[in-house]
Amino acid sequence: MHTELWSLIIEKTIFGVILLAAIMTGAAYVTLAERKVASWFQDRIGPNRAGPLGLLQPLADGIKFFLKEDMIPKNVHKAFYLLAPGIAAIPPLLIAASIPWGNQIELLGKAIKLQMIDLNVGILFIFAFASIGVYGVMLGGWASNNKYSLMGGLRSSSQMISYELAQGTAVVGVLLLAGTLSLDEIVKQQDSLTKWYVWRQPIGFFIFFVASLAELARVPFDLPEAENELVGGYHTEYSSMKFGLFQVSEYIHLIVTSALISTLYFGGWQIPFVDIASNSSFIYGVLGVISLLLKTVFFIFVFMWLRWTLPRFRYDQLMSLGWKFLLEAAFVWIVITAILVLAFPWYKTWF
Amino acid sequence: MAIEVSKNKWKMTFGERIYIIPILHGMWVTLTHLFAKKVTIQYPEEKPVISPRWRGRHVLKRNEKGQERCVGCQMCELACPADAIYIEAAEVPPEKRHEHPTERYAKVYNIDMLRCIFCGMCEEACPEAAIFLTPYYEFVDDSREKLVYNKEMLTEKVGGPILYKD
Repeated sequence: MHTELWSLIIEKTIFGVILLAAIMTGAAYVTLAERKVASWFQDRIGPNRAGPLGLLQPLADGIKFFLKEDMIPKNVHKAFYLLAPGIAAIPPLLIAASIPWGNQIELLGKAIKLQMIDLNVGILFIFAFASIGVYGVMLGGWASNNKYSLMGGLRSSSQMISYELAQGTAVVGVLLLAGTLSLDEIVKQQDSLTKWYVWRQPIGFFIFFVASLAELARVPFDLPEAENELVGGYHTEYSSMKFGLFQVSEYIHLIVTSALISTLYFGGWQIPFVDIASNSSFIYGVLGVISLLLKTVFFIFVFMWLRWTLPRFRYDQLMSLGWKFLLEAAFVWIVITAILVLAFPWYKTWF
Repeated sequence: MAIEVSKNKWKMTFGERIYIIPILHGMWVTLTHLFAKKVTIQYPEEKPVISPRWRGRHVLKRNEKGQERCVGCQMCELACPADAIYIEAAEVPPEKRHEHPTERYAKVYNIDMLRCIFCGMCEEACPEAAIFLTPYYEFVDDSREKLVYNKEMLTEKVGGPILYKD
């Protein structure tokens, strides 16, 4: 018992450190990817001076963030001002901890699960922490004592609350089919290409995707930091690494949301036509992780793609889309799914 | 006369209001740009193609005998709208008589490249066809003083490359 507990602690610690490092590095490279993809969409080349193909750019950016003067404006609410970036950065990391990044792998005669915390209420946990993330943005906007920051904070809080509803409602369709809230279970149920929930939940996926876009405050829903209206939104008054932390949290959130979409609707770490759930060898585990990462990268790309395609919404349009269309559509979709699940048993078993 | 715009002239259908097809079309357009030829010129390594008629750095030409064409008439100084040219004219000393076509020459000839607007008025004003603008455009330097080009820097070298063909 004692040794088992210790080995569990060691296993989770090592996995946690690796996960944290991977997510942080990933976020840094997503900033590079953002700039590169933006350039490609605009027929430019993008950053290519730091290292081969500009691959050391995130490192240079990081060093720059640390070396910049750390300025605290005079009239800010100091405690909240300092707290806000931290509150913004931690929830996405916790969400990352509850996403199943892979099936279990066999290592040193021990089956290690590639998921930090396998909760039986995984999705609720994710939504809970996603909404705590809003506090960082709100506090940052309010504590800055700047009207633009405050506007940005207010906008983001109301936007995230509105779209969280649609997001949470849309995901109920999947839960009705899966019969569980555990993300690991949901992934295990999507064990073939046809069983991916996107085929049975196309509308649910669409609503979830649009709501995620708004949750991430990305174009076309980037009103919290609409730079031509609000200077920089909630992070206008932040400099140096505190700004960096906001930036990093935003990109971790992007990674995590993409991973969540892949997990819920696109089979997570499952690979089509390869049975990796029942095989816990090292190679299969790694292949599973790669599969999830590829799906995640694809969705990150789609988010960037939309950014360079769509113009920004007006604020009232954003609100009316959230409250008058997406939420209703999600409710209707729940009812339709429930009827399908009850009336047609094959809808649940599916092929 | 304003054109009257009726508000309900075109009522959008549900399909049009959810904008799915226009969005997909837009995404297709941006996707083609993703693979399009990039327009970036990697400047210090790769230079843009400059027209030979580009108005860049000035050159003071020599005539076919290798003499300075400039006679120090100060027409260019007068024509210069930016007041960038400064000339002090003087009589050619007897020992340098063979270097100049006439007995008057520009003892000092400065062009302040920071003031110059590269309009080419000096070219047009010059009665001796002595000054021309060349396609050379790289002026970077680390002080204002260094960007006041003097006569030595501006005059074509004897036997040097022909900077501008008139």
